[in-house]
This record gives sequence, structure tokens and C-alpha cells, in this order.
Amino acid sequence: MSSLSPPAKKLWWNEPIHKSELLWISLVFVWGMVMTFMMPYWHVVGKQNLGTETYGTTPKAFQAATQAFVDQYDTGRTEGPKNFPVVAPPEGGDVYLMARLWDWWPIVELKKGATYRFHLSSLDWQHGFSLQPANINVQVVPNYEHVFSLTPNAAGEFSVICNEYCGIGHHLMIGKILVVD
Amino acid sequence: MSNNIFRTCPDTGLKFHGPAETLMKVNAVAAVVFLLVGGFYGLLVGLTRWQAVHLLEASDFYMVLTLHGINVLIFWMIFFEIAVLYFCSSVLLGCRLATPKWAWVGFALMVIGAVMNNVIVLQGSSSVMMTSYVPMEAHPLFYLSLILFAVGALIGCFVFFGTLVIAKAEKTYEGSVPLVTFGAITAAVIAVFTIVSGAIVLLPTFLWSVGLVGEIDVLAYRLIWWAFGHSSQQINVAAHVSVWYAIVAILFGAKPLSEKVSRTAFLMYILFLQLASVHHLLVDPGVSSNFKMFNTSYAMYLAVMASMVHGLTVPGSMEAAQRARGHTAGLFTWLRKAPWGNPTFSGMFISLVGFGFLGGITGVVMGAEQINILVHNTLYVPGHFHATVVLGSTMAFMALTYWLVPILFRREIVMKGLAKWQPYIFGLGMSGVALFLMGAGTLGVPRRHWDIGFAGTGGMTHEFPAAAYTMLALNGLSVILAVAGGAAFCVIIVGSLLFGKKLGDQPMAEPCIVAPVTDEEYNANGGSAYAIPGTIVLAMIFFASFALYYFINWKYLAETWGIG
Repeated sequence: MSSLSPPAKKLWWNEPIHKSELLWISLVFVWGMVMTFMMPYWHVVGKQNLGTETYGTTPKAFQAATQAFVDQYDTGRTEGPKNFPVVAPPEGGDVYLMARLWDWWPIVELKKGATYRFHLSSLDWQHGFSLQPANINVQVVPNYEHVFSLTPNAAGEFSVICNEYCGIGHHLMIGKILVVD
Repeated sequence: MSNNIFRTCPDTGLKFHGPAETLMKVNAVAAVVFLLVGGFYGLLVGLTRWQAVHLLEASDFYMVLTLHGINVLIFWMIFFEIAVLYFCSSVLLGCRLATPKWAWVGFALMVIGAVMNNVIVLQGSSSVMMTSYVPMEAHPLFYLSLILFAVGALIGCFVFFGTLVIAKAEKTYEGSVPLVTFGAITAAVIAVFTIVSGAIVLLPTFLWSVGLVGEIDVLAYRLIWWAFGHSSQQINVAAHVSVWYAIVAILFGAKPLSEKVSRTAFLMYILFLQLASVHHLLVDPGVSSNFKMFNTSYAMYLAVMASMVHGLTVPGSMEAAQRARGHTAGLFTWLRKAPWGNPTFSGMFISLVGFGFLGGITGVVMGAEQINILVHNTLYVPGHFHATVVLGSTMAFMALTYWLVPILFRREIVMKGLAKWQPYIFGLGMSGVALFLMGAGTLGVPRRHWDIGFAGTGGMTHEFPAAAYTMLALNGLSVILAVAGGAAFCVIIVGSLLFGKKLGDQPMAEPCIVAPVTDEEYNANGGSAYAIPGTIVLAMIFFASFALYYFINWKYLAETWGIG
């Protein structure tokens, strides 16, 4: 009787389990426990745990909040082909970053080693915040304001690429985060 | 057509019910057609991704990418799985198929849905990708086509369940259903869950697209869509694992090491596998960490355990059967003496190894709550699922098809020389696709992205490392190889159906199924066949790779910015 036929012994659940199977099941079970443990463990000791603080918002309200943020901390400098304002919030301050078809607005200047509270939302469709080359990827959705903290550990120019498909201009959607020493 | 016409296969002794046989044929043929169509779109995607070639314009690229995903990930898979379900119920239980008329209605709905979907996406207004994330809007017929297809597939599932009921009532088998049928039942149960989730999310979205519903909550859409989107891939897993068991039974006469372990592992798929849908929400707002951790560990990795158990017991049962039949020398004689020139075997074994090493490990690693931050929506994700769905499921289905065609259509396979090489060509190409996409994803390359050179942005750009471009070029070459292998499969199968030598009622010259290994054979030499040292060594290599790769990724994670 093979796997294509009914089991030869009707009471197959009384058959013993083979040693090799038992060995493997035990090993895999322990491994599953290790992996289960790793996630909460990292919440305790790790420095990379994406916050889940979320607020309901509207495109209008979020745009207004971002505008207020830009007005308050505008450096007067602009960058890029669209002359977006470069905004430098104080250390430990809030950062508003707005995703829309097909921009990240504004350009933010941060200090290495300082921690900032990021507020992310979209004015229209879903977008993907992909910070490169740091390789931090966060989903951005409309009507929800996602708040989490980021602490740059290197200085330089970082790109914010959109990695959630958002229509025909998706590949044009790129922004910058500048980190200074 | 009368509903009680049976023929007994002269090669396998299996009883084929006339209407069931026809339905299996049409579903399998439809599957291969959509594989061909979807594979062709995949070629265009790969050649556009290759930055130096950059074949398609942006709008065409996004349209073709939408078509590629839906055709292969949904249409090819589900059509084939319906054929597998009918085989595992009607044929393996020697029972008439329940309500063939309804099965035809289901098939017709699936064909209409699939064709309609291709037509509507090709018109250009529905390039929304397979996920069709709201509030991006597709043509209403886009959602309707998927709903029709899903309803058709659901009917297929109920025909399958109905057949099980009939088989039980008419006592066409004794005791419990065969393990392979048991696996198919888990696939069908998961399919019902999947399709109901699909209905819950797509019906309101359809109504929204025609203006009858005001707004769809984006996070709710994502949560429910993935209960549909990810679970549909779990149908594939349960189905292809059943196919693995079927193939080792066909080629080696193997029985499971123990029924209890293999069946419990299948049952754990039903209980825990769907939770994995939450993998897709790990960097979403609005979902708590506890919710993420519980679900993405499939409640403590119990479904991963199930897959790893199958990963041991499939080759393990093959080793035991081979040892019982005399291939007892050393660790790996049983494997070396396997029919490597038979595409049914080589395809199955490539599927097993590819699914485990490339697809399984990477899926579990990137499904850890925090590690997901590194790879979400990068090319790593398509890399991973090309290993699970294509190298795993598609390769296994191809392997089974080589065996099914002569049995079902009574035609010999044509171009046997090419068929011998086909799994290796396809397997090598697709392994390349999986590895190079994952490599590019590790370097941060986004998925579903037309141009990582950012040529059209007017000066704002990001310089990906040169290695990323190399990865995409190597991916392009791998795509060509894989598509050549896939095309070879379609040519061989269609060629066999049209021009293969007719077999009639006479058995084939070479037997195509091995007699089941008997208890006496297993128990000879003190039952030493059940000791499976070769498989244990392979399993330990797998385990070591898994653990190493898992902790390497935590190390990568620790090197990036602080995230809180």
C-alpha cells in the first residue's frame, strides 16, 4: 500500500512514529521556539523595532500638519529639480513626511545619532517608504498617520524611494533625507 | 453523457470515471495555456528589468507585470489544482465525480473570468498589479473577472467535496482516504477559506468601482486581501506537497514513514498556515506588534514545522522504499540510483530542494517581524516567491504532468530527449531568477519598479551599487533560461496531446508505476529500511543553512538605523 491507497492498517494512528521522524520533529519544534523567542527578545534588546503608533487622519489634515512643520523649520535652502524645501527639525523633534503622486515632500535634514519622531502618511494612493542604502522599508497608506522613530547612524545623503506601486509615475518618486554629523 | 462510465487504466489499474477524466483534461489543458501566456509576460518583465535591455515602456511594463502575476500565480495554478483535486478524489478513490454538470459550470466561469481579466488588463486601464490596492482603481470588470474566476474555483472545490461524500457513501474504498487525497483535502479546505476571503474583499471593491460603495478602508483591504492573496499560495503548498507524496509513491512504491506524522503535518497547514498572511502587514501602520508576532510565527512556527516534517518524510519515505528494494549501500545509493533521467522524478526532486532551501528558508526569515523591515516590497519578495511558487509548485505540477499525460490522454510523451532535460533547464533558470532577485532585493532594489536608474526624475536620483545592476542582468539571463524551459514543457505537452503515439488499451512497454513496497520488504533485515541516514544528513544540512541564514539577517538588521 503506497501513499496513493488507503493505509493498510485501519488503525494507522496507533502505529509508532519512527525514531528519525521523532528526532527531526523535536529539533524543528525547538527551532520554532527559538524563532518565536527571537521576535519579543529583539523588542527588549534590539534597536530596530518599528513602532505601531497610528492615528486616523485625512489628506487635508496631514498636508496642513506637514506644511506647518515645513514653515517652522525651513532652512531656506532648496534641493532637487522641483526646488523642494530642506527642513531641519531640532534633535528629538517631530518630522512630517508626506507621500503623494509622485513626490516625497519635503526634504529633511537630520543629525547623526539624534532620534526623531517620524509622521508618515499618503495624500492619495498607497506608497512605500524605502530608505536607501539604509534599507528601511515601511508601508505608507492614506487616511492613517504612522508615527515611529528613526535614529540615523551614519552621515550622508539618503534616498527615499517609493517601493509600493503607485501608477505610471511610480519610478519617478524619489526624495531625500540628509544626515549631517 | 452517462454518469457511470468507467475505464480501468491498463498501466496503473486506476479506475477513471469518464466525465471526471474529461474535466481533468480540460482543466489541465487550460492550465498549460495560461502558463504559456503568463510565462511569456514574465519574459517581457525580466527583459525590462535588465536595465541595459529595458525592453518595454513604463506603461506597458506595469500592464505586463499585472498580467504576468495574475496569469501564472492564479490562473495556471488554480486550473491545475482543480485537475489535481478531481484526480485525488475521483481517480484515487475509484469513484464517480459528483455533479459533472456543476463542474463544467465552474470550469466555464473560470475560463470566462480568466479570459475577461486578460482582455480588460490588456486594454490598459487596469494596470493595478495582482494586489489591486485601493484606492488605486481598476476597471470594474477587472474585479468582476476575478470574482467570476473565484466562484468557478469554489464550485470545483465543492465538486471535490461532493465526490468524497459519494465515495464514502458508496464505499468505493476501505478505511481512511489515501495520504495524497488527505493532502488534497487540506488544499481544498484552504481554498475555500481563500476564496471566501477573496469574495469579502473583492465584492465591495467591485461595488466601489461602480460607485455603489463610498470608500474602502485601506488597512482593512490590505488585511483581508492578504487573507486571500497569501492563502492562495498555501493552496499551492498543500497541493504540491501532495504531488510529492504521489510521485514518490508512483516511482518508488513508497508509503509514508508513518501516516500519523504526515497527516498531522497536513492538518497543521489548515490550522496555522493562513495566519502567515499577516507577513504582508509587518511594516503597516495600525497593526500591533503582538498581533504581528503571533500571526507571523504562525502561532509559534507550527506550520513551518509541518513543512519541515514533509521535507523529511517525502525523501525519507523514498529512501526507505529504495532501501527495502535493495539500494542499501552507503548513505546516498538510494538517491544516486533514482531515475534522474525521468522528468517526473527530477522535476519533483528539484521542486523539493528548491522549495525548501530557496523558498522556505527565505520566507521564514523575512517573515520575522523585525527582519521584514529590511526586505518589505523589495525585489527580495518576488525572489522568494519565485522559489516557492515556481520552483516549488510549478515544477512539481510539471513533473506530475509528464506522468499524467500518457495515463489520462493515452498518448506517449513526444521529444523524450528534451523532456529529460526540461526540468533541469527550468529549474536552473528559475533558481537563478529567485537568487538574483533576492540578491537585488538585499541591495534595496524596489519591486514593481520600471527604472532603478531614475532617468526621468530631472536630476534627483539614487545610485544603486553596480552589483544591483549585475543582479538584474543575471536575472534577465536566468529568465531567458527559465522561459526556454517553460516553453519546452508547453511544447512537449501540447505536442504529446496532438502528435504523441496513441497508446490505446494496451499497457505501455515500460511500466509507469512501481508496485507498492510490501511490509515484508520493509521489514526484511530487521526493518533497517526505516533507518534513513541519508535523508537525516540532508535534513541536517538544511537545518544548518536555515539557522545560519536566520542569524545573519538579524546581524544585518542590527547594522541599520535605530528604529523605534
